[in-house]
Amino acid sequence: MADRSVHVAMKNITKTFGSVIATDHMNLEVEKGEIHALLGENGAGKSTLMNMLSGIYIPDSGQIFIDGRETRVTSPRDALKAGVGMIHQHFKLVEVLTSLENILLGYKTGLFVKKKDQKVKLQRLMERFQLDVDLDRYVYDMSVGEKQTLEILKTLYRGARILILDEPTAVLTPQETLKLFKIMRRMKEQDCSVIFISHKMNEVMEIADRITVLRKGQTIATLKKESTNPQELTELMVGRPVDLSIKRVPRVSDKVVFQVKHLTAENEEKVEVLKDISFNMVQGEILGVAGIAGSGQKELCEALAGLYPIKKGEILFKGEDLAGKSPKEFITRGISMSFIPEDRLGMGLVANMDMVDNILLKQYHHSKGIGVKRKPAAAKAREIIKKLEIHTPGIREPIKNLSGGNIQKVLLGRELDSHPELLITAYPVRGLDINTCLKIYDILNEEKKKGVAILYIAEDLDSLLGLCDRIMVISNGEITGIVDARQATKEQLGLMMLGNKEVDHAV
Amino acid sequence: MQFRIVKKAEIGKKKRALIFLGSIFAALFVSGLFLAFLKLNPFQVYIAMLQGSLGSAYRIEQTIIYAIPLLITSLGVAIAFKMKFWNIGAEGQILMGAFLASYFALNYSHLPRPLLLLIMFLAGFVGGALWGIIPALFKTKWGTNETIITLMMNYVALKWVVYLQYGPWKDPNASGFPRIANFAESAVLPELMGVHVGWIIAVLLTILVYFFLNKSKKGFEIAVLGESVNTARYAGVNIFSTVVLAMVLSGGICGIVGFIEASAVEQTLTKDITGGVGFTAIITAWLGALKPQWIVLASTLFAILIQGSSYIQSAFGVSTYSAQLLEAIVLFFVLGSDFFTRYKLIIDCPILSRIKESGK
Repeated sequence: MADRSVHVAMKNITKTFGSVIATDHMNLEVEKGEIHALLGENGAGKSTLMNMLSGIYIPDSGQIFIDGRETRVTSPRDALKAGVGMIHQHFKLVEVLTSLENILLGYKTGLFVKKKDQKVKLQRLMERFQLDVDLDRYVYDMSVGEKQTLEILKTLYRGARILILDEPTAVLTPQETLKLFKIMRRMKEQDCSVIFISHKMNEVMEIADRITVLRKGQTIATLKKESTNPQELTELMVGRPVDLSIKRVPRVSDKVVFQVKHLTAENEEKVEVLKDISFNMVQGEILGVAGIAGSGQKELCEALAGLYPIKKGEILFKGEDLAGKSPKEFITRGISMSFIPEDRLGMGLVANMDMVDNILLKQYHHSKGIGVKRKPAAAKAREIIKKLEIHTPGIREPIKNLSGGNIQKVLLGRELDSHPELLITAYPVRGLDINTCLKIYDILNEEKKKGVAILYIAEDLDSLLGLCDRIMVISNGEITGIVDARQATKEQLGLMMLGNKEVDHAV
Repeated sequence: MQFRIVKKAEIGKKKRALIFLGSIFAALFVSGLFLAFLKLNPFQVYIAMLQGSLGSAYRIEQTIIYAIPLLITSLGVAIAFKMKFWNIGAEGQILMGAFLASYFALNYSHLPRPLLLLIMFLAGFVGGALWGIIPALFKTKWGTNETIITLMMNYVALKWVVYLQYGPWKDPNASGFPRIANFAESAVLPELMGVHVGWIIAVLLTILVYFFLNKSKKGFEIAVLGESVNTARYAGVNIFSTVVLAMVLSGGICGIVGFIEASAVEQTLTKDITGGVGFTAIITAWLGALKPQWIVLASTLFAILIQGSSYIQSAFGVSTYSAQLLEAIVLFFVLGSDFFTRYKLIIDCPILSRIKESGK
């Protein structure tokens, strides 16, 4: 290892879980002061590889070199000693402690901690990396972005010079993402290395210096950003040519099936979270909902599924007012709601139960008698696995053991399988790789052809513009306009998301 | 050298059984040391424990009589636990079931035996169910902590029975002794194959609870609710009615224990009717992983342990406390073995790992 500029080298790393080979003789080289992106589909082995670098897993075979020296990493503590720190998707912070307390927690040994000294040290570190963290603030008061910055500071303070970020932007707003990128660039200037796990192509192209593509447990290629393009990367990632465009299927009917009139709802603090929402949906249309995170999307979804108390307004489904009815009545009338929360498991699935029982969750109301019938649910499970290409050891495996993308497919597969007439789906492609995203768009289009009205809530404007018939923009719990997706532009939507009412209502 | 504790992935049934067996052996080994310290031959003691609990028809009957209330109560609390509703009020539910059943036993003894017993059975269920509904209502309506409420209600029930025993229900013919009159023949459960028919009730309830938890809609809803309230709401489960129903069943089943014990074992109502089974059942319910088929096994093994240890007290002149210590050692290892099904201990020792590597 004569080359001094190589910061991390992983050679022939193999790791198996039972009979599954997670990483098969993988190789990775990260240079000092570079941002290196790891690109791959769900289950390609990105997280497994990085978990081995950060000491969470121990490789079955292979070598890890840090700064040219072979290093045995058997615990996160070892990894930090060698200068490697990982920021996970789920933050490891104590909500009821301040930033400072979280940073010092479990790190300094000895009976007393001189908070003042540490604070000075932290201030210096923050200046160096241009991080902005209020050390006396409680974590429960922080936004997701602030928590992430705190995690970065914590990891740097503990001695990390090689920072691994596991899908850091999945939980961030676009503004927070820009901020994170600034921090990453600053780290690069300070001769630190950043390994960036992502499957958002545009972000990889924006921030990375080099990109290593992984597929099915193998390293496919390491490329310089300048010498590649999204199309090539996608093909390497998927292993075959892929058409990246999103198809829009023409609408078949004009029959209005769903009307929401003057829907208003308050949260527990009596603050209006939905203000006078009114819109119509026709058979076989995809109505997109765009908005900055936290603009009332979650409340809207829940209200339209009977889960959120409504202050006033009507929810007319095929002429019948469902406002105030129980969630069960919404389900039995053919309204399906699936909300993929940031942690992917918050609502709709039971982590400790297997696929069969999770599918049963939406079916058992329909069967007669007092018993549950697991056989049809098991058959459905097998069908969904085939249709959506879900990777699972079996239908009896608790779904918490599945990867995030596969868990999401289980949820979507189940919702689509209930043959709804109105499908409300929020963030269905959150955290999924391109190939799976396209698959899900196809599935939504299939449903549309069948005449299902689809309310599609998403963050990604490209997918909204490509897939939807109309886009409804909400800002702060209010509709700022409904536009025709064929004519709308990103800039127009962006302005409306910030609260500018659109005068030019289409449709 | 350094020790670390690492979380394990899910382990298979075979491995789980091995760990369980290992814990039993470890318990026998450690209690063997203790017995050797008492200058007793551990092997003789262990054999005697088995003889004392299973050595003759009579002893088997006694073990079964102890296992019946333990099994039924475990089934009752398991329903609540499946919903993550921490019902530690089985003691009170048993007492209230026994109280209501006794009311009919004492006042309607002229009724034909089958009718009276049926009424008492239902009364036992209702008494326990009422004691179960109260914490359920408090929890669903005001979000109170069910652990505290169910625990406190045990004492209310206990004091109520004590009051009856020392006050209005005191038997005037007991020459001033504070006891309630014995039940008439018509209020006593008959025997079948040497043991009161409570065992049939226990078997039937095991089957019923098994089907309820695994195959019924309500049982499924209870399990979902136990995993996540939000998901249950999302799936259209009526939270209020599900919690109340689960606690009616949980308390009611415990109440049946009160009826069986009052009618068949004590043949009267006393404040000691539970024998602490309401708390022991929490252990056996968890040992049985809240699954009726395993709860049967756990309750039976526990009854064997208790009967065996009470036998060696007389056979070897071991003190009550030493016998209880043996019980405690077994429990400690069996419950503690759960740790090894979930975590593993890693020893970081540079020398060892070097030896290992050079071996490759």
